[in-house]
Amino acid sequence: MAEQRDLVAKTRLIQETGWRNALIELFTKWEVLLGIIFVLMVVFFSNLSPYFLDYFNLMNATFQFSEKAIMALPMIFIIMCGDIDISIASIIALCAYAVGTASAAGVGTPGLIAIGLAVGAAAGLVNGLLITGFNMPAIAVTLATQSIYRGIAQAALEERAMTKYPAEFGFFGQEFIPGTMIPFELVLYIGLAVIMGFVLHKTSYGRRLYAIGSSPEAARFSGIKVKKIRITNYMLMGLFSGIAGVLLTSRILSARSNIATSWDLEVITLVVLGGVSINGGKGTMWGVVIASFLVGYLKFGMGLLKLSGTIMTIVIGTLLIIAVLLPRLLDGYKNTRKMRRQQAEAALQSAKA
Amino acid sequence: MGEIQMKNTRDGNFLQRVSKVLLARREASLVILLAVILVPIVVRSPQFLSFTNIDRIINDISILSIVAIGEFFVILSNGIDLSVGSIIAFSGMASGMLNEAYPQVPVFFLLLLGTGLGAVMGAVNGALVAYGKIPPIITTLGTMSVYRGLTFVLSKGTWVTAHEMTPNFIGFPRQSFLGISALIWMALIVIVVTYYFSRFTRSGREIYAIGGNATAAKFVGVNEKRIRFMVFVISGTLFGFAGSLWTARYASAVNEMATGFEMQAVAACVLGGVNFAGGAGAIPGVVLGALFLGVLNNALPVVYLSTFYQTLVQGMIVLLALVINTMVDQRKTRKLLEQRRAR
Repeated sequence: MAEQRDLVAKTRLIQETGWRNALIELFTKWEVLLGIIFVLMVVFFSNLSPYFLDYFNLMNATFQFSEKAIMALPMIFIIMCGDIDISIASIIALCAYAVGTASAAGVGTPGLIAIGLAVGAAAGLVNGLLITGFNMPAIAVTLATQSIYRGIAQAALEERAMTKYPAEFGFFGQEFIPGTMIPFELVLYIGLAVIMGFVLHKTSYGRRLYAIGSSPEAARFSGIKVKKIRITNYMLMGLFSGIAGVLLTSRILSARSNIATSWDLEVITLVVLGGVSINGGKGTMWGVVIASFLVGYLKFGMGLLKLSGTIMTIVIGTLLIIAVLLPRLLDGYKNTRKMRRQQAEAALQSAKA
Repeated sequence: MGEIQMKNTRDGNFLQRVSKVLLARREASLVILLAVILVPIVVRSPQFLSFTNIDRIINDISILSIVAIGEFFVILSNGIDLSVGSIIAFSGMASGMLNEAYPQVPVFFLLLLGTGLGAVMGAVNGALVAYGKIPPIITTLGTMSVYRGLTFVLSKGTWVTAHEMTPNFIGFPRQSFLGISALIWMALIVIVVTYYFSRFTRSGREIYAIGGNATAAKFVGVNEKRIRFMVFVISGTLFGFAGSLWTARYASAVNEMATGFEMQAVAACVLGGVNFAGGAGAIPGVVLGALFLGVLNNALPVVYLSTFYQTLVQGMIVLLALVINTMVDQRKTRKLLEQRRAR
């Protein structure tokens, strides 16, 4: 009798799992989960504050996170390959110093942008060459260059701030696209995300990134120029940090040696929260874009609720850890379900026989 | 392998032999390097080697040595701890605030509080790394900001200043015993105990094994999770202890204290020849690395560089040491391969 009941339960488990599996598969997909959390967050904050769901406020809030989101794009490539870069906040300081000094010397806006991007790309290239050339661990090298890049700005600027800029330089970080209420920074971010998403998902370069992340050895043996790609990644990272540096300088119109401290934490958090696996080889552009808006509006909402920056720092740090822990738990859950089903199927087969 | 090295040192003339022995030991080459940079400094300012200045340098590096030893154990296990500064800040703030609120609590308990809190924070790091399987860099990058944030929450954004603390607490690091200050004694005790632990105990050797080759270590029965958890508890404990000492020595507890100190701790380790890939390095090297940094920081004003250059110079030295470590390592591997081929 008991045996029969057990058999019935097992049959039901298998029947149910057909559509239930599909649903669970969908809802344990990282991007879908992020989307759901995003909607819940919007509902939560719009209930608590009348100012949250305001078109102008929502657009204005993007100023606070567009620069970090831009830097998250090449960071996807780097983390995808199992690397890391914690010197990016210092690259911003270096770029801001270069832009500020050039501006004080009378360089015009196009020249300032060129200098910012060039300095950033050069700093990134140095990282890449050091890491691949000497075969040194990325974390150690970028920890050292973190000090060097910010150290240069510190040694040159000391306590001073560079605050002289051409009038039109402020456009990039402060203004909206003429005739609309959409910030230029946001448009730039979306545009860059589309380009980088295309590279990641539709080009052979992107496929190679996944291959390197899954197994660098196998990638190398299959003829992928791993070193070249890693160097390119670091240069892109530097270039995009340069873009962010120009935008930030343009937004606050001041270059100090201590700007953008701890941005590396936030950028890495965006990427990891977006579902890019720190062990390499996994992740999508969609996930990171959703994560950038999620974190950006989370901070905006917390600001509306008058929570202090300290609380936000704690939340971001916790978020980073949860974002790594959760997928692992989800995978475990999926695996146990799969195993249970296989066991049930096997038991059913043997019972029939 | 030991035999092969012995044979090598017997080759060549006397000078070559001496240089080989010296270069083989990182500690020896560091001492030589230290002497080399000391020469121009002393020529420029003879007071640099005065008793008071040396005393000041050694006092300065006492805390750094304790912290660097904590970082050493983590790097040895092929990890990294970036939450150094935040753990120091939280522990230092907690002991400072306890001292302000209850001046009658003896100094010993203030140190105990800081150390205990550090151990707890280290245990959280360790649990996330060992049992949550989160890479150390991500874990400690996250807890770095969490612990720093909690420091602000604890202090509500205020400071503990010198006259809010008891003279007992802020005076004890300078109290001297047998002509040596209490702070230096503390560092010496930590150095001796951790040296013994890393050289002569089973757990200490197991850290080397895990860092060198985790898979092989697991096959000979080393409990990997336990070791990974343990190194973070050790480092947290030492950071917490250093936090209490920090508050006492600098006679203030500020929210931003020890920001970026992870860089100095890592710098001391890398200078001391600790391999970032794990499994190689020793306490004496780390202590010498800390001494090197201390001399350097102290010498900057002597060579007319403002303290604003400190970050830059440190970064460059770490990079240089990294390159040297890697090249020495690669040469060793190449030599081993050649020897194997020759046989």
